[in-house]
Amino acid sequence: MARDLIVVGCGIVGACTALAAQQAGFRTQLVESRFPGAGVSAAGMGHLVVLDGPELALSARSLELWREILERNPRSFEYRQTGTLWVAESGADQAALATRQATLAAAGIASAWLDPRALNLEEPALAPDLAGGLLLPGDGIVYPPKAVHELLTRAVALGATVRCGRRVTALAGDGVVLEGGEHLAGEVVVATGGAGSELLPELPLMARKGHLVITDVSGPSIRHQLVEAGYTQGVHAPSGLSIAMNVQPRPTGQLLIGSSRENGVFDPAVSTEVTAALVRRALRFLPGLGRLPATRIWTGFRPATPDGLPYIGHVPGRGPVWAAFGHEGLGITTAPATAELLVDRILARGSVLDGAPYDPARCLG
Amino acid sequence: MVDVFDLVIVGAGPAGLEAARSAFAPGRRIAVVDDNPRPGGQIWRHDPTQDPPRAFRSLWDHLDSSGTRFLCSHRLVAFESGPTLVLESPTGTRRIRGERLLFACGARELFLPFPGWTLPGVYGAGGLQALAKGGLPVAGRTVVLAGSGPLLLASAVTLLRHGARVEAIIEQAPTGEVARFLALLPRWPLQTLAALALIRRLIRVPYWRGVWVSGARGRDRLCEVEVTDGRTNRILPCEALGTGYGLVPNIEAPNLLGCKLTGSLHPAVAVDSQGETSLPGIYAAGEVTGIGGVGRARLQGALAGVAAMGETQRIHGLLGRARHANAYVGHLAQHFRLREPVRRLAGPATVVCRCEDAALGPAHGTSPVDPRALRLLTRIGMGHCQGRICLHALAETRPEPFLREWLARPRPPLFPTRLETLAGLGDGTNPVPPT
Ligand SMILES: Cc1cc2nc3c(=O)[nH]c(=O)nc-3n(C[C@H](O)[C@H](O)[C@H](O)COP(=O)(O)OP(=O)(O)OC[C@H]3O[C@@H](n4cnc5c(N)ncnc54)[C@H](O)[C@@H]3O)c2cc1C
Ligand SMILES: Cc1cc2nc3c(=O)[nH]c(=O)nc-3n(C[C@H](O)[C@H](O)[C@H](O)COP(=O)(O)OP(=O)(O)OC[C@H]3O[C@@H](n4cnc5c(N)ncnc54)[C@H](O)[C@@H]3O)c2cc1C
Repeated sequence: MARDLIVVGCGIVGACTALAAQQAGFRTQLVESRFPGAGVSAAGMGHLVVLDGPELALSARSLELWREILERNPRSFEYRQTGTLWVAESGADQAALATRQATLAAAGIASAWLDPRALNLEEPALAPDLAGGLLLPGDGIVYPPKAVHELLTRAVALGATVRCGRRVTALAGDGVVLEGGEHLAGEVVVATGGAGSELLPELPLMARKGHLVITDVSGPSIRHQLVEAGYTQGVHAPSGLSIAMNVQPRPTGQLLIGSSRENGVFDPAVSTEVTAALVRRALRFLPGLGRLPATRIWTGFRPATPDGLPYIGHVPGRGPVWAAFGHEGLGITTAPATAELLVDRILARGSVLDGAPYDPARCLG
Repeated sequence: MVDVFDLVIVGAGPAGLEAARSAFAPGRRIAVVDDNPRPGGQIWRHDPTQDPPRAFRSLWDHLDSSGTRFLCSHRLVAFESGPTLVLESPTGTRRIRGERLLFACGARELFLPFPGWTLPGVYGAGGLQALAKGGLPVAGRTVVLAGSGPLLLASAVTLLRHGARVEAIIEQAPTGEVARFLALLPRWPLQTLAALALIRRLIRVPYWRGVWVSGARGRDRLCEVEVTDGRTNRILPCEALGTGYGLVPNIEAPNLLGCKLTGSLHPAVAVDSQGETSLPGIYAAGEVTGIGGVGRARLQGALAGVAAMGETQRIHGLLGRARHANAYVGHLAQHFRLREPVRRLAGPATVVCRCEDAALGPAHGTSPVDPRALRLLTRIGMGHCQGRICLHALAETRPEPFLREWLARPRPPLFPTRLETLAGLGDGTNPVPPT
């Protein structure tokens, strides 16, 4: 008989998990307090990107899985294989990118170094004084709200059920309690993103606020997602405000401009200072953009664990309760490998990835 | 650098200009900001082929020599703390601050989507009027004006003056409502005179009541409209259609600052009897506080101008008249309220958001949807106009609180704003009103 699995939260992680679980033969029920994609998945940039730090294994495996997912109906994700162009401002950046290139090559991921001339040919809008760039052709972009919708549609087509507008208020020994008191029985996956520690307070979680700016369609044509080499330092910065140029060409012709990270800020309001700082950083790399109008600014909160890696796996001392949250600024990318690993763990079977770095037990006091 | 004034007025329409005049006194520093190249606002929009209206001329004569600072072609796009106003002009960015601030930022047209409304040749009724003033050749062209309210008549007069052939004015309100509107109109003598002036010039233009345009057709551009009373349809050939279902207040700037709003469907800025908003020292006047026409806008402007400067004696002389003029807001809204079928013209494939070319699609119908979910999936409201048009249309056509949800979380910029302007924004995470 099929095992009952309750997935709490239908962001990108919940939707991927439901799909993987359904494919593995579970009878999956998604419970979402608002609507699918209502959480931080709606705010993210949707850059599918391989990182070379601690996130390498999860992001690289995810990109393989994304390619399988995107074989069918890529348009419903608004997918584009833009690649990522890591841009070096200085000689130090250049050295860091050379290391990155070697690390990625060792993991079987191809990339190409562009000297300043080649960089200028590839992206003429970039400033002329840059030291070069590292091009990863395999990366891409999706529109996260549609990605959540499409993944959910696929899970439902395989028999998963969804209950929207229903909030899980507590975990019970053998399932969950919904607002209003209704009880659902089954094994439980907590995929509630930034709300993860409401149901599992023993797992520490912080919110890292980010701002994004989107422009009009009248900008220069940019082909790749452009990210400054130092971006990953910001990702791993423990505190304060960090800003890095991160510019995504939308299929519409708009540019989506990031990114900022702030710890300890809980007000979702747009900050003019942070906006100014991130736009200044983008103009440093794309100096011709000054007169391009920005149409909207928004913010989102990345759910961050103390070590930056998500919780994927069993929560000790909780019965059949599994965690799948804390994906910081990379959850759109890493949702598919998260789902694969988690389902393998629930089934207590081997997996492509070593699950130890993501085991929630690592962060329990 | 920030220029500091005693009073900053946003909007150089009738309300803003009257406020500037009444607030003036020698030595006072007053600035008026407007995003149009010339002062006048909507009704006194500059028309190079005509002499300026007398009311505008006398106001302008006064102000021109007063030393009042006019910042035309300057648009308020964001606030910094203070609040400092961040203004963008075609040539640059500047910052100003006022000890007192007065929003007289007017109103815009309400559009309701219907099949064919995105065809070239279909305009807003006031938009077509503005285009004609701006030089769009309309002489000899056949034009239909459709929608609701007195703006259709004002637009028709302008178009006739520019040589257009106005085939008909199509008013959705039934004859009985229009009659009741006219019957009580004499309570407001100024408005009555204005209406008579319009009607006198429109003697030869058919004014149909209780009908509406249910479709616009044409291959590459408009060639005919379908007019219906809900039972029978008729086809009216035309080259241009101006539609407008009334006006909605431009509340975005005061809303971003935190001024309280009032009214449910298309909110206005809430003000007390002297024009002060919920934030001390911040005033509002004219259509931004409710749709009541030019007469009321002027009175309110004059009142708020003296109130902002604390001239108690002059306030009392104006209070009674302003109160009476305010009653006209309800009179207008009541008799030209939109009828059910007019709000249901869009089909599932009718574009609702022109910026993003988005229709309701499967979300069309009567079952409620989550406004944010719909926005995220269709991108309705996420385009260049920042929802100024489509979210007001959805507020009319859908049961969900699209607009309320949107207005509850205002964010800068107020208009599409150059990246270089954003890059220069200083401190002021949350604008704090002066106390
Ligand atoms: C500015 C910014 C830019 C980003 N850019 C990128 C990028 O380019 N690439 C990338 O890979 N990632 C990016 N991210 C990160 C990415 O958006 C997140 O890591 C990812 O969306 C997390 O997904 P999730 O499913 O865990 O969380 P969510 O999307 O928040 O999903 C959780 C869901 O659970 C629901 N929920 C919460 N509590 C309950 C409850 N008690 N009962 C029922 N339901 C509940 C919520 O309503 C929500 O729908 C970015 C993030 C930000 C903020
Ligand atoms: C398109 C249109 C046409 C109209 N035509 C007529 C007519 O012919 N006859 C008639 O009786 N009534 C007409 N009206 C109604 C008219 O709005 C009022 O009767 C009267 O003009 C209201 O005066 P006001 O000062 O409140 O606002 P307005 O006249 O609307 O003036 C407000 C001014 O503020 C400016 N503004 C707004 N926001 C900003 C910002 N962020 N930064 C800088 N500037 C800003 C606007 O561009 C505008 O110039 C029209 C309305 C519209 C929308």
